[in-house]
Amino acid sequence: MGLQAVFFYLFAFVAVASAFMVISARNPVHSVLFLILVFFNAAGLFLLTGAEFLAMILLVVYIGAVAVLFLFVVMMLDIDFAELRSGVLQYAPVGILIGLIVAAELIVVIGGSVLTPQAARAITMPIPNPAVRTNTAVLGDVLYTHYVYFFQIAGLVLLVAMIGAIVLTLRHRQNIKRQDISRQVARSPETAVEVVKVKSGQGI
Amino acid sequence: MEDTFFSIYAWPALVMIAQSLLVLVCLLVFIAYILYADRKVWAAVQLRRGPNVVGPWGLFQSFADLLKFVFKEPIIPSGANKGVFLLAPLVSVTLALATWAVIPFNETWVIANINVGILYVFAISSLEVYGIIMAGWASNSKYPFLGALRSAAQMVSYEVSIGFVIVTVLLCVGSLNLSDMVFAQREGLGTMMGLPNSFLDWHWLPLFPMFIIFFISGLAETNRPPFDLPEAESELVAGYMVEYSSAPYMMLMLGEYAAILLICSLTTILFLGGWLPPVDIWILNWVPGIVWFIIKVVLIFFGYSMVKAFVPRYRYDQLMRLGWKVFLPISLIMVIITAFVLKLMGWA
Repeated sequence: MGLQAVFFYLFAFVAVASAFMVISARNPVHSVLFLILVFFNAAGLFLLTGAEFLAMILLVVYIGAVAVLFLFVVMMLDIDFAELRSGVLQYAPVGILIGLIVAAELIVVIGGSVLTPQAARAITMPIPNPAVRTNTAVLGDVLYTHYVYFFQIAGLVLLVAMIGAIVLTLRHRQNIKRQDISRQVARSPETAVEVVKVKSGQGI
Repeated sequence: MEDTFFSIYAWPALVMIAQSLLVLVCLLVFIAYILYADRKVWAAVQLRRGPNVVGPWGLFQSFADLLKFVFKEPIIPSGANKGVFLLAPLVSVTLALATWAVIPFNETWVIANINVGILYVFAISSLEVYGIIMAGWASNSKYPFLGALRSAAQMVSYEVSIGFVIVTVLLCVGSLNLSDMVFAQREGLGTMMGLPNSFLDWHWLPLFPMFIIFFISGLAETNRPPFDLPEAESELVAGYMVEYSSAPYMMLMLGEYAAILLICSLTTILFLGGWLPPVDIWILNWVPGIVWFIIKVVLIFFGYSMVKAFVPRYRYDQLMRLGWKVFLPISLIMVIITAFVLKLMGWA
């Protein structure tokens, strides 16, 4: 029971409490803010286990980017929470079922490693000594050296998904004015101005 | 006496608290004078005098402002979301100051010398957008909300190019530790040409395009002019700060300036050799490293205030174009080029 345990219980308690607040807060923006607090505490838990790279990536990617977009959407939408709440009992059985399945899976995974500790040693990529190689470097080894093809394929899938999303939502509107900076800069008096000699007493 | 609670936990904790307080106090005083310098530079460019009344040459202006802010009445709009409204300045100032824990001011002068220092800085500064979004939303008013939306989109966009710039530096250094980044700049392009250790070894020379991109993205990331659209007074009055007054407003300002100084010192560490002297001769080595560090930070900040003084504000779509269509491709290509060069020359 050292300082580590104290911090573990602190992070864990705040994470669970704010996870509860995510689903019970009345205001959807407050829910998202509590969700951010959950991510933050999860990053703290990662730090405690010595996975500093994962902790920082969690902060950068989930809080710094994903949750910002989330907050954006929630702020823009005018969500009536009372209306959403009315269907709670209707969806409760499905939610409870999914929760039970996830809990069962977690118990199987954790129970497996508790019952047969030797299984942890049988994995293909054993965890090296953190004093010798930092876990950032180890993650790099796994992702970019041993499983580089899988990593590339995953990137390709994401690229295809991104292009798909752009193609589906891109709407090229006609008849609107667009700024073309290169054309503006390349304009010269000859192309822009027409000098007309107007005879007095006559129009153009 | 060994292994008592005192020697394991209490003493290191006390030392850490003392170090943090020291850095905090120095930082706050430094920010006060940076603010003053910013106003003076801006005034000088416009042929004005700037603050010159409080104290000799107006040197105590920032402290007078501080007192004014503290003793004014904080006004909370009745339609505002009170909790979030007051939390927003706290979040922005806490995050902006928290980053300083990993900044190495001198060879051993760093509070927390962690392995993933640069990621920590990047992570915390990507959280700073929350202070702004929360402030804008909680004010429950049009201009603050528009300002917050602009700011969020702007900061998220420019973080991408900042991230890639940092990646190129990381490729050259091979470590995420901020002190290692400075150590890596002891030798470089200059020593390869047979010159003694000098400012030619620092990363700004081999990674010059990245240095420029980092400087400009830093302006956008901290909402400095010419990218201060979140608080563009001609369009949005004061953006996300419109509804704030007295101490909460001061905290938002403080957070903003702490973030600006942070970007300046990050530029110093990544590209200008941190605490290293410009030329390796004894008289310059004799000057403490912290002095070099501060000189470089102030030089970068001078650049920032000069840009503020003479560059007109960008239009929002041009800002987005610059971030996504210019900086992102250039920095991506530079990452690839740097990786290839390092691999082919056998430097990595």
